[in-house]
Amino acid sequence: MMSYDPAVYSRILTGLTLGFHILFATIGVGVPVMIAIAEFLGIKLKDPHYILLARRWGRGFVITVAVGVVTGTSIGMQLNLLWPSFMQIAGQAIALPLFMETFAFFFEAIFLGIYLYTWDRFRNPWVHFAISIPVIIGSSLSAFFITVVNAFMNTPQGFKLEGRTIIDIDPWVAMFNPATPTKTAHVLSSAYMTSAFLLAAIAAVSLLAGKKHAYYKKALKLTMLAGLVFSLLTAVIGDMSGKFLAEYQPEKLAAAEWHFETSAQAPLVLGGFLNENHEIHYGLKLPFALSILAFGKPSAVVTGLNDIPPDERPPLYIHYLFDMMVSIGSLLIVLCLAYILFARKARRSEGRELPRWLLRCIVAAGPLAMLAIECGWILAEVGRQPWILRGYMRTAEGATTSGNVDWMLLLFALLYIVLGFTVWAVLRKMFKSNSAELELTGRGIEGGEAQ
Amino acid sequence: MNIEIIGITVLWIFLYGYLIVASIDFGAGFFSYYSMITGRKHLVHGIIERYLSPVWEVTNVFLIFFMVGIVGFFPDTAYYLGTALLLPGSIAIILLAIRGSYYAFSNYGSKDNSFYLLLYGSSGLFIPASLSIVLTLSEGGFIQEQDGQVVLLYGKLFTSAYAWSVVILSLVSILFISAAFLTYYANKAKDYKAMEVLRGFAIGWSAPTILASLLVFFAIYRHNPWHFENMLHYAWMFVLSLVCFLFATYFIWKRQRLGLAFILVMLQFAFAFFGYGAAHLPYILYPFISIHESVTSPEMGIALIIAFIAGLLLLIPSLYLLMRLFLFNAAYVQGKSGK
Repeated sequence: MMSYDPAVYSRILTGLTLGFHILFATIGVGVPVMIAIAEFLGIKLKDPHYILLARRWGRGFVITVAVGVVTGTSIGMQLNLLWPSFMQIAGQAIALPLFMETFAFFFEAIFLGIYLYTWDRFRNPWVHFAISIPVIIGSSLSAFFITVVNAFMNTPQGFKLEGRTIIDIDPWVAMFNPATPTKTAHVLSSAYMTSAFLLAAIAAVSLLAGKKHAYYKKALKLTMLAGLVFSLLTAVIGDMSGKFLAEYQPEKLAAAEWHFETSAQAPLVLGGFLNENHEIHYGLKLPFALSILAFGKPSAVVTGLNDIPPDERPPLYIHYLFDMMVSIGSLLIVLCLAYILFARKARRSEGRELPRWLLRCIVAAGPLAMLAIECGWILAEVGRQPWILRGYMRTAEGATTSGNVDWMLLLFALLYIVLGFTVWAVLRKMFKSNSAELELTGRGIEGGEAQ
Repeated sequence: MNIEIIGITVLWIFLYGYLIVASIDFGAGFFSYYSMITGRKHLVHGIIERYLSPVWEVTNVFLIFFMVGIVGFFPDTAYYLGTALLLPGSIAIILLAIRGSYYAFSNYGSKDNSFYLLLYGSSGLFIPASLSIVLTLSEGGFIQEQDGQVVLLYGKLFTSAYAWSVVILSLVSILFISAAFLTYYANKAKDYKAMEVLRGFAIGWSAPTILASLLVFFAIYRHNPWHFENMLHYAWMFVLSLVCFLFATYFIWKRQRLGLAFILVMLQFAFAFFGYGAAHLPYILYPFISIHESVTSPEMGIALIIAFIAGLLLLIPSLYLLMRLFLFNAAYVQGKSGK
C-alpha cells in the first residue's frame, strides 16, 4: 500500500470519475446528432425504418443519459471536494463558462424530456423533429463550455494572481483562451464520430447474427457514412491541435513525440519504446513529419524536451497514448472507405453480402473509437502535468488536505463498477426482449422479417 | 443593490427551487416504493411515473446550478466547505448517482425489477439528510481551522441536537411537499383512488412537519443565539409561513382547491426558507465567510449576472413549454396520450 498522499489519491479519483463520465458524455453529445439525422431521413424519405431507428436509439440513449447526468454531477461536486484550493482561485476565472455549461445542460434536459415523450403527439412530424434541434444545441454547447474550462487550465489567461487572490479578471479573455478553438472542436467532432461508430457496431452485431432485414443495412450505411465524415473532420482538427500545442504547450508535444533536442526538420516517431537513457528503440521515424505536424513546413524548428526545466516535464508515457489515438483514428477512416467499397460491390451483384471480416472490424470499431477518446483525454490531461493551472499552480498545491480520500476512491470505484454492469444488463435486456423485427410488426410498419 | 446581494439572492432562489422540485422527486420515489410493498402500487405508480418521467433530469440541474453559482460568486466557500465536506459530500454524490441511474433503469429499462425500485426509493430519503449537513455547517461551530488546515468536527456534528433537528425537518418536509403536490396532480388526473392515498400521506406528514420546524427553531436558539436574534427580526415571515401551512392543510383536508393548497405549501416553505436565509446574512459560513469579504471580482460578478439573465430568458419559455406539455396538459396527465 502506498503512503497516504491526498494529492495522489485525488488525482486517481478525479481520473477515474472523468474516465467513466467521458464514456457516457461522449454518447450524450454524439448520439442526439445521429438520432436527429435518422429522424430527418425518415421524414424526408418517408421511410419508417429510419424513424424506428431514431426511436430505438432514443430509448437506449435515455439509459446512458441517466448515467451521464449522475457522473457529471459527481465531477461537478468532486471538483470542489478534491481540489478546494484550486477552485478557490480558478473558480472565479472559470465561473462564467461553468455557469453557461449548466444553462446548456438545463436547456438540453428540458427538451430531451419533451422529445422523448412526444413521439406521436404532433400531427406534423417535422414539429417533433424540430425538438431534436434544441437537444443537440444543448448537449453540444454544454460540451463546448465544459471544454472551455479545461482549455483555460491548459492556457490560463485573463487574470492576475497575487498570492492566493485573483484580480483583474477578464471573463471573456479567460474563456476564449488559445486552447479553446482546437480543443472544443476536437472534442465535439470526436464525440460525433465515436457515437456513429458505436451505433454502427450495434448494426454490425445484428447483421453478423444473421439478421437480414433491410432495417439493419440502412442503419449500418447511415452510421458508417456519418462515421467517415466525422472522422475526416476529427483528423483535420487533430492536425490543428498539434499546431496549437507546438506554439503554446511545446512540452506536451515534445513529451508525446519523444522529441528531446530542439531541432529543425524534426522527425515524427511512431511506436517504439524508450530506455532509461532516453534512447528510442524500434520506433519508426518519419523524417520532417513532426515539423510539418507542428508548423506546416519541413524546415520548422520544434522545441525539444531538454529545453524544458526537468520539474516541468510531463511523463514520457503519453507517447503511447498519442500513437494509439492517432492510429485508431486513421484505421477507422480506412475502415469506412473499405465499407464503401464492399457495400458497392454487394449492391452491384445480386445476393452478395458484406464480408463477415468487415462486419467484425466494424463491431470492433465502436469500442476502439471510445478507447481513442480515453487515450486522447489522458494524453491531454497527463500531458499538462505537473501543472493544474499551467504556469500558475502545481497539481499538488490544488489538492485537498483532507483525510479519507483513499476510502472515497474505493467507494467510487465500486459505484462505477456497479453502474457500468447495470447499464450493460439493462440495455441488453431492453433490446433483446424487443427486437427491431418485433417492433416493426408491432407498429404495423410491415409484416415481420423480409425473407 | 450590490453584486453580493444579487448573487446570494439568485443562489438562494435556486436552492429554493431545488428544495421544491427535489422534494417532490425524492418523496415520489419513496411513496412509489412504499406503495409497492404495501400492495397499493397499481393505485399510485402510474401517476407518479407520468409526472416524473419528463422532469427528473431537470431536477438535478437546480443543484448543479447552485453548486457552480456559489463557487463563482463566493470562491472562498469552495475552500472551506470543499475541504470540510469531503466525506458527507461524497456520500451525497454516491446516493444521487444511485438514485438517478436506478430511476432510469427501473422506469425505462427493467420495469418490474423491485430491487431497482428499492435502491431508487430509499436512496432518495438519505440524500436530503446528507445535503442538509451544508445548512448545519453554515451555522458555525463545526468547522475548525488549525495550522492552515480546515477540519470538520464529526464528534460535535453527530452529537448536535441542531444537526439532528435539521435532518428530521428535511425528511418530513420532503414527504409533506411531495404528497401535497401529488394529491393535486392525481386530482387533476381525475384519479381519485390515487388522490385518496396521497391525501392520506399529506395529512399524515403535516403535523410532523410543523413539529420539526419548531424543533429547529429551538435548536438554533441553543446553538447560535446570534442567528436566532436575527430571525426574530423577520418574525412576520415565519408567522406568514405558519398561516400558509394552516390554510394548505385545511384545503387538503376538505379535498378542495388542491392546486391552491400546493401553492400555499410552496409559500409556506418560501417564507420560512427566505426568512431563515435573510436572518443568516451577511454570513454564508458563520463566522468564516461573509458575503462582503469573499465576493468574486466585480467583472466576473457582472458577467455572471448577465449570463444568468440571458439564461433565464432561454429557460423560462422552455420550462413553460415543458409544463404546458406535461403538467398542464389534461390528456397527458390523465394518461390518454402515449409516449
